[in-house]
Amino acid sequence: MKIFFLFVLITITLLIAVYLFRVIRGPTVFDRVLGLNGISTKAIILLVVIGTVYERVDMFVDISTGYALVNLVGSLAIAKYLEERGKSFDVSA
Amino acid sequence: MTYVFQILLLVLLIMTAAGAIMVKDLISSVLILGFYSFLLALVWAWLGAVDVAFVEAVVGSGLATVFFLLTLFGTAPKDTHIRRVAAPPIALLGLPLLGLLLLYSAEDLPRLGDPESPASVHVSPGYLTGSLKETNTPNVVTSVLMDYRAFDTLIETAVIFTAGIACALLLRRKRQ
Repeated sequence: MKIFFLFVLITITLLIAVYLFRVIRGPTVFDRVLGLNGISTKAIILLVVIGTVYERVDMFVDISTGYALVNLVGSLAIAKYLEERGKSFDVSA
Repeated sequence: MTYVFQILLLVLLIMTAAGAIMVKDLISSVLILGFYSFLLALVWAWLGAVDVAFVEAVVGSGLATVFFLLTLFGTAPKDTHIRRVAAPPIALLGLPLLGLLLLYSAEDLPRLGDPESPASVHVSPGYLTGSLKETNTPNVVTSVLMDYRAFDTLIETAVIFTAGIACALLLRRKRQ
């Protein structure tokens, strides 16, 4: 069973690497924001699976809940910033 | 099999750090730094420091992003686009040499989780065996923070309170 969870862990990390390509390469800021939102959905699952592998699920569920809550605040702050300053970034590039 | 995940994590960490330096505008740099903090939290968790990982995931990748964005609100749009200069050759030559030197000196460090390492034979056994009798607190970390180092924690709280007041004064919206 541990092998299975390790396999899930590595697969999710590879999926994150695909998103990371768009985040680093992405020509506009909006690509980066969307990529980071995609990463955060994977990251919440990743933390719980790591907890299962290390056999400390109770602690890692706390981490993933805290990360999910604060990440929402971060996304709202980014959205607020782009609402006011988004016109200076060229969307058509 | 665990090594595959750990090597993958470190490769992602280096790629994220390089991406945060190489992007052209500050807002992208801030976004990528938030994800860098999350990967760093995974490394803390892998080293066994789960509480540090919790703080890094919540403060480093969540709150620090918000504070950076609040700072960017105070700058003009033309200031957030960075013009990069090419790295000087001495940096390209010197930094890998420095890394090799660090790897060489890391040979002498004790292994991860070694109970005989100098850091864990000095005062840690005293705290671990005596803290329940002396302070009546089941959690060793709490007894160290709140009992043995109570003055340290008190002054630390004062420092954080002062920093919070300074941030509130700096980020305050001006009334029209």
